[in-house]
Amino acid sequence: MAVILDARGLEKSFGAVTAASNINVAVEQDAVVGLIGSNGAGKTTFLNMVTGYLKPSAGTIHFEGRDITPLAPREITRLGICRSFQIPQLFNTMTVLDNLLVGVGIVAAAGSKWGARNSAYDDPVKAVDTMLDQFGLGSYRNRQAGLLPEGTRKLLDIAMAMVVRPRILLLDEPTSGVSADEKFVLMDMVMAAVKEHKVTVLFVEHDMDVVARYTDRVLAFYEGRIIADGAPATVLDDVEVRRFVIGSHAAPAGAASHA
Amino acid sequence: MKLDRTSFAILAMGAILLIAGPALPSWMVSMLNVSLCYGTVVLGMMLLMRNGIVSFGHGLYFCLGAYAAGLLDQMLKMPDMLLMVGAAVVVTGVVSAILGLLLAKYRDIFFAMLSLAFSMILYGLLVKTASLGSTDGFNVAAKTVAGFAVAPESQRLMVYSLAVVFATVSAFFLHSYLASHQGRLAGAIKDNELRVEYMGASVMRAVHRNYVISAVLAGIGGALMAVNIGHIDPEMTYWPQSGEFVFVAILSGTGSVFAPLGGALVFEAIRSFAYEYSPNTWQMVLGITMLLVMIFLPGGLWSLFTRKREG
Amino acid sequence: MSQFIAVLVDGIVYSSWLFIIAVGLTLIYGVMKILNIAHGSLYALGAFTSVTLCGLWFNAGLPPMGSYLMLLLSAILVGLVAGPVIERGLLRFMYGKDEVVLVLVTYALFLILEDLIKLIWGVDPLFITGPGGESPYSLLGNFEVAGLTYPNYNLVLIAVAVATGGALAWALARTRSGKLLLAVIHDREVSAALGINVGRIYFVTFTIGAMLAGVGGALTAPTVSVVTGMGAEVIVLAFAVVVIGGLGSLPGAALGALIVGLVRAAAVHYLPEVELFSIYFVMAVVLILRPKGLFSGAEVRKI
Repeated sequence: MAVILDARGLEKSFGAVTAASNINVAVEQDAVVGLIGSNGAGKTTFLNMVTGYLKPSAGTIHFEGRDITPLAPREITRLGICRSFQIPQLFNTMTVLDNLLVGVGIVAAAGSKWGARNSAYDDPVKAVDTMLDQFGLGSYRNRQAGLLPEGTRKLLDIAMAMVVRPRILLLDEPTSGVSADEKFVLMDMVMAAVKEHKVTVLFVEHDMDVVARYTDRVLAFYEGRIIADGAPATVLDDVEVRRFVIGSHAAPAGAASHA
Repeated sequence: MKLDRTSFAILAMGAILLIAGPALPSWMVSMLNVSLCYGTVVLGMMLLMRNGIVSFGHGLYFCLGAYAAGLLDQMLKMPDMLLMVGAAVVVTGVVSAILGLLLAKYRDIFFAMLSLAFSMILYGLLVKTASLGSTDGFNVAAKTVAGFAVAPESQRLMVYSLAVVFATVSAFFLHSYLASHQGRLAGAIKDNELRVEYMGASVMRAVHRNYVISAVLAGIGGALMAVNIGHIDPEMTYWPQSGEFVFVAILSGTGSVFAPLGGALVFEAIRSFAYEYSPNTWQMVLGITMLLVMIFLPGGLWSLFTRKREG
Repeated sequence: MSQFIAVLVDGIVYSSWLFIIAVGLTLIYGVMKILNIAHGSLYALGAFTSVTLCGLWFNAGLPPMGSYLMLLLSAILVGLVAGPVIERGLLRFMYGKDEVVLVLVTYALFLILEDLIKLIWGVDPLFITGPGGESPYSLLGNFEVAGLTYPNYNLVLIAVAVATGGALAWALARTRSGKLLLAVIHDREVSAALGINVGRIYFVTFTIGAMLAGVGGALTAPTVSVVTGMGAEVIVLAFAVVVIGGLGSLPGAALGALIVGLVRAAAVHYLPEVELFSIYFVMAVVLILRPKGLFSGAEVRKI
């Protein structure tokens, strides 16, 4: 499989806190990669560097062979890396439909400049409706985004990243704030959409059941370093990972475990 | 471009105003005329407010448009109404494209203050420019339309008709723009700039584009006002003038392009009425109205209509 | 050389005047986050009130020197009457709203007060002069610098500006109330949670701010014809001052006043055509280069 995202020697620190130290990750196309680690371990910093929100103090990030390290978030999005947010970033006064139509409009306005994926929407509203159904948001179509329940907000947030047709989707804690019984429903829908559009996924997650179920590779972060990298079963069983990441307070399967 | 109900309504409104013109009493023609000029400026204010931005210096473009029209008459001896509006469009377009580069980064009171400073710079220049009449300004008269001479007795009607045409075209254009992908970005920017950038659009560029459009609308309004009143002076870029535009925009609401036009008419009506019966309290009437609208009708007068429709 | 000195003297006098007007504006913004357009009306109220009070004083045949007391009384009246009425009657219902909305609220208030002034005092220009032509402006005599004569009244302006700035700086740094105020500026929610009566602090701040506007108006009244519209003229100047210095900053207001004062004085003497232009040009340049003004960096805003 071809490497789609290649981060080499990333370094970043905030004052005395090391948020990234010699991070090396090569992600293959169509992979589903889970990023685990306690709060402050450097997972979100990694996402922020990939999307251009933070600039690494050293190291490079290549996307499909192109150096994207110096680019702004907007340019990186246009190339095909999109993200969702831990706290959903919606257009709160607009309807769910309009939230997604904004994205369709941006893709349409960019036309052939939209990365290599010149795939303008022929019928924007229909495309969005299809997407809403896929994400189980159909019944919320004309509701104001600011008034949605939290789980629905999370879904819309992810749909908003998907609507601009990414090649790589970065999800920052997609199931945080989502009730235990909804988590798998949410992830099932997201993963179905991702598979359909052949999108590579990296997601930050605290729930190890979710990680075990959906990923084919796991990166464990600890104090800005990657301390384990491999198949989920291997990484989740790793002694260091169990001690530093999952911790002795690891909850039994199925329970919401993170702080 | 597909035409929706509102687009048809705008065109219908324009046609009715145009046809009714000769039959209307002159006081009503005057009031409508001023309202249309104001309304065109406020269409621009509305576009900015859709982006979540309030300019306290839009008098700058109102004034620039008027002076562009006036100078065409005064200096170039080309008192043609269409050319005057054209000159206003060019001048305000160029100036706003430049100032917009600086302003597009600003929000909230910083945008308000910088736009205020720009408008006051023009004010400072004009009041000291003797060749343009300093604080007194000068008279403007339009004598032809697209090269055709207009008889003095039909001048007023012609100016009115032109205001109808330009206000209609402006409203029609703005409505289509707001319904377009580019236009929808305005509301998105107001709600969440971070997300807009993470969807791959440039907030700066969108705000800049909207700023230029709103400035050109203000310029058209200014040029129309110049030929309508027949006189221009630096007060057009003094801050209370800009404040008045903000006032009408708040009064109107941003729900539809009809709001600024209707709001401008209501404003003119309040002004003429209050000015006639109580010249020393009309500002007070405005102030109280503004407070009441902000407290009880945050969506402006327009929200009265939408509320009814939903209910 | 003498022209340079004239620029300097005029500039400093003008700066002092600007500071007196702008300091209340920046204080209110710093504490309450309200950019108060009605500050211009409060200034005008101070001027009109002092016309009335000085007129009463002179007409009663009392010693002319007492007219200064009347100026002071006017400012206090504006502060103690208009301040509380506006804060309790209107602004307190608006706290927590968007800053731009608050600007618009004060703009509406400005419109209302402008007409209130017309209703009370009429629309004709007014002057402070006694029956014998006495005016607080000329009572104190003159001083000379480099062959140029200035009324000593200008020294009063300078003294009041320095005293006001000094008193505020001292109060903020050294008194208990000042420290409470700084806490509120720093974080309103936390202050409220700690038991600081934020509402009371807002009330007092606005009253003091209104009084300072009144001081500006009262001290200006003897030097000009007092006319409607004077508030509109002054408020943009005050905006220029506080924006240049940094909104909400006390040293910023002083620096902004100095810059605007000296720039204007230089323009008046060397290139009169650019008098107004130059002020707003400086304002725009500062906003472009340092949007938050010269005196406010990344650190917590200091009054």
